[in-house]
Amino acid sequence: MSESYKIIDHNYDVVVMGAGGAGLRATLGTVEAGLKTACITKVFPTRSHTVAAQGGIGASLGNMSEDHWQWHMYDTVKGSDWLGDQDAIEYMCRNAVPAVHELEHYGMPFSRTEDGKIYQRPFGGHTRDHGKAPVERACAAADRTGHAMLHTLYQQCLKHKAEFFVEYIALDLIMDDDGSCKGLMAWDLDTGELHRFNAKMVILASGGYGRAFFSCTSAHTCTGDGHGMVARAGLGLQDMEFVQFHPTGIYGSGCLITEGARGEGGYLTNSEGERFMERYAPTVKDLASRDVVSRGMAQEIRDGRGVGEHGEYIHLHLEHLGSEVLWERLPGITETAKIFAGVDATKEPIPVLPTVHYNMGGIPTNYKGEVLRPTAKDPNAIVPGLMAAGEAACVSVHGANRLGTNSLLDLVVFGRACGMHAAEVVDAKASFKELKATDGEEAVERFDRLRWAKGSRPTADIRLEMQRVMQGNCGVFRTSEILKEGKDKLSETAKTLPDVGVSDRSLIWNSDLVETLELENLMTCAAATMNSAEARHESRGAHAHEDHPKRDDETWMKHTIATVDTEKGYGVDLTYRPVNNFTLTDEVSYIEPKERVY
Amino acid sequence: MVEFNLPANSVVKEGKTFSAPADAKNVRAFKIYRFDPDSGDNPRTDTYDIDLDKCGPMVLDALIKIKNEIDATLTFRRSCREGICGSCAMNIDGRNTLACLKPIDDIKGEVKIYPLPHMPVVKDLVPDLSQPYAQLASIEPWLKADSPNPPDGERLQSREERAKLDGLWECILCFSCSTACPSYWWNSDRYLGPAVLLQAYRWLADSRDEYTGERLDALEDPFRLYRCHTIMNCTNTCPKGLNPALAITEIKKMIAERRA
Repeated sequence: MSESYKIIDHNYDVVVMGAGGAGLRATLGTVEAGLKTACITKVFPTRSHTVAAQGGIGASLGNMSEDHWQWHMYDTVKGSDWLGDQDAIEYMCRNAVPAVHELEHYGMPFSRTEDGKIYQRPFGGHTRDHGKAPVERACAAADRTGHAMLHTLYQQCLKHKAEFFVEYIALDLIMDDDGSCKGLMAWDLDTGELHRFNAKMVILASGGYGRAFFSCTSAHTCTGDGHGMVARAGLGLQDMEFVQFHPTGIYGSGCLITEGARGEGGYLTNSEGERFMERYAPTVKDLASRDVVSRGMAQEIRDGRGVGEHGEYIHLHLEHLGSEVLWERLPGITETAKIFAGVDATKEPIPVLPTVHYNMGGIPTNYKGEVLRPTAKDPNAIVPGLMAAGEAACVSVHGANRLGTNSLLDLVVFGRACGMHAAEVVDAKASFKELKATDGEEAVERFDRLRWAKGSRPTADIRLEMQRVMQGNCGVFRTSEILKEGKDKLSETAKTLPDVGVSDRSLIWNSDLVETLELENLMTCAAATMNSAEARHESRGAHAHEDHPKRDDETWMKHTIATVDTEKGYGVDLTYRPVNNFTLTDEVSYIEPKERVY
Repeated sequence: MVEFNLPANSVVKEGKTFSAPADAKNVRAFKIYRFDPDSGDNPRTDTYDIDLDKCGPMVLDALIKIKNEIDATLTFRRSCREGICGSCAMNIDGRNTLACLKPIDDIKGEVKIYPLPHMPVVKDLVPDLSQPYAQLASIEPWLKADSPNPPDGERLQSREERAKLDGLWECILCFSCSTACPSYWWNSDRYLGPAVLLQAYRWLADSRDEYTGERLDALEDPFRLYRCHTIMNCTNTCPKGLNPALAITEIKKMIAERRA
C-alpha cells in the first residue's frame, strides 16, 4: 500500500447498509428491539431511490372492491412466471395488509376514498379472482407513493433515534474463517476516514443495479454495491438474468411514467393509432404484466409501427382523462412529462419506450431475510451473520418478472422480517467477536489501489462501454447469438478494468473514486446478468429468448446462482438451486404452473 | 461606511479554463465554483466550454458531461436526475434550484454554478447540510397521537382533510429555500428556516395529529419562527413550486388565533 490509513473501529449489534425503504424498515425494527444499530448509507436517507417510486404499494385492502390476499398471491406467482418461491410469496401477500396499515399509522399521507379510507388504483398484472379483470390493489399517495413512504420511514427512524452514518461508502464485508459475516468496512466521504464496523449481524439493503445499462429509470446511485460486496466475499447471486423493462420510460431521458397512469385509464398506441395491447393481452390489455407490455411495444416498433420520425417510440395517452384527474391523481408525471418530454399530457400523448427499471435477481435469501450459500447438498444453507432485503435481495418473490407495486411491498415486508429475525438471533448482551488486525485489510488495499489507479481508461469510459454492451446485447429480446456476442464483448470490457485511471487522489468527497468503486460493483452485476442470460435456454418472464420462445419447466424451473470471479476477468461460474414448490402454511396450496395468458 | 472584507483564505480566485474541441459550433461557458479541502488552497472558479450539441438539455447533464469527459475531479451530489431526491440543489445563474430540472436554454450567456449559499462547503458544489437536517429532527416530524390505532384498519381521513396536506408533504428537503432566505443566512443557528417550518406545518395541518398545542408551543419563539419577515425568496426559488412562505404564515395565524 502506498500509505497507511487510520482505521476507526466500531461495535454494533446490527449494521444496516442502505437507507431506502428496506434499510429504514429493518433499522426501525432492530432499534425497536433494543439492538444497537448503525445504518450506513451513501446518500442522505430521503435521497434513496425508493423516493422515486410512483404508483403505489400492493395490498388487498379491498377498499374499492372485493379483494383477498390469496388473489394477490396468485397474481404474484403468475407474474413471476412460476419462478417465485411460493412460501415467500405467501408470506409477502398475507403480510401486505398489516404492512400498509402500519405505514398509515406511522403517518404516511395516502390519498383517500370518499369514505376516508386509503385510495387504491388498478395496476398491471393485479386482477380480481385469478385473472378475471383488473382490480384496485395499489395503495397510493397520488403518484408519489415512494416519496411518501420513504419520508415516513425516515421520520419514524428519527422518532426512535436511530443512528445514521450518512455519506459513508461501504467497501467490503468482513468474513470470518468459518464463513460467517462479522462486519464491514466503510469510507466516510465527509472526513475521508476509513471505518471498520464489527457487527453481530449485517443487513444489506443496498438496492438494484440499473446503472449497468445505458438507459434506465434508476438513479445514478443504483450501482449494485451490496451485490459487489457479496460477490467479492465469494458468495453467489441469484436469477440475475431477469431484468425488468418498464414499458413507459420517457423516450430520450428514460424518466419513469408510472404504470398507475394506465391504471387510471391511460393506454398505448402505435403509429397507426391502434391500441395494440388488445392483440397481446385481450383480457386486461394495457394492464398486463410489464414484461408482456414491454414485449408488445418492442414488437410493434420492430414491425415498423413505432411512432416518430424513425418509428422509434410508442405513444402513451392520458389526455382523455382530463386535467382535473391528472393534476389530482398523477401530478408528478404530468410535471415530469412537461419537463423531460416537453409534452402537455393533458393535451397530447407522451413518447415512451421500454426502459430498464428493476432487477428481479440479487442476493439470494429465504423469507426471513437470511442470505443463502446454496450447496449441492443443501440448497438452502445460510450465511450466518448476513441478511439482505429489498431490490438487492432475491427472496424470491418476483421470480422472472415483478408486478408493479410489489417492490414497495417487498421493501417493508422483508425489511420488517429482517428486523424481526435479527431481534431473534442477535443477543445484545453477548460480547463481540474479536477482529484480527488483518480483518478489513483487503478492502483497504482495494480502496488504495483504485485511489492511485494510473491506467489509461477513465472510469466513465469503461462504464459507458459496459452500459452499451448490456443495452445492446441483453435487452427485451434476446437470442443465443446476441447473448454469446454480449458475453465476449463484456469480457473484453471487464479485462480493461485493471487499466482504469482515476484522476482525483483526495480522500474527502472523492467522487471520482466513488464512481470507480461503484464501477467494479456494476461490472460484477453485468457479468452475472449476461452469463446467466446466455445459459438459460428458455423464455420466462422478463427473459425472452427468441431461439427458445417457450417456457421449459422440465429443464429450467430452477434458480440460477452466479458466482463471479472478481479477481480474474469477471468470469462467471453457474450453478442452480430448486424453486420452492411449497407454501408456508396449509391455508393456501401450491399454485401449479400453467400457461401465462393475460 | 463600514467595509467588510472576506478572510484572505475565502477569496474566490480565477481558476483554469477548459476549451471546447475546435469543431464545436454551439459552445457555452460553464463557470463553476471549486474548493478542494485537501489542498488548503483558496476556492476558485473553473470555466468549462461545453459543446451543447453534444450535451443533454439540463444543467445536470452538463455537469455529468464535464465529470465524464473533461474533469473527473469535479464534485457534486446527484442521484435521481428527475427532481424527486433533492440531491443536486445548487445555485445556478444566481438562483437556488435543482440542476436536474434546470434547462440550460433558460440561462442567457455564461452559466455560473455555485454551491447553495451560506452553508459550509465540504468540496466544490457539496455543502454541509447537517444543520438543517438537525433542525428537521428538532421539530419532531412524525405523527403524534395518543388515541390508539384501529386494530385492523387505517385511521380515517376525509378527502378534504387530506387535501390540506397537498403542497406540504411533497417537499424533497433540498433546502433551496432555506439557503435562499436572508433571515436564515443571518440566524441559521436559531431560526428554523422555511424548509423546516414547511415540515412543521405539514404536521399541524394533518387531521390525524393530536399534538397541535405542543407543536405550536415549541414554535412560538422570536427566533425559531418569527425571524421570517415574509421576504418570499423561499417561495420564489422552490424548484417544486411549493409555497413555504404561506405555510409559515399559516403557523403564525394559528398562534395568533390561539392567543385571541
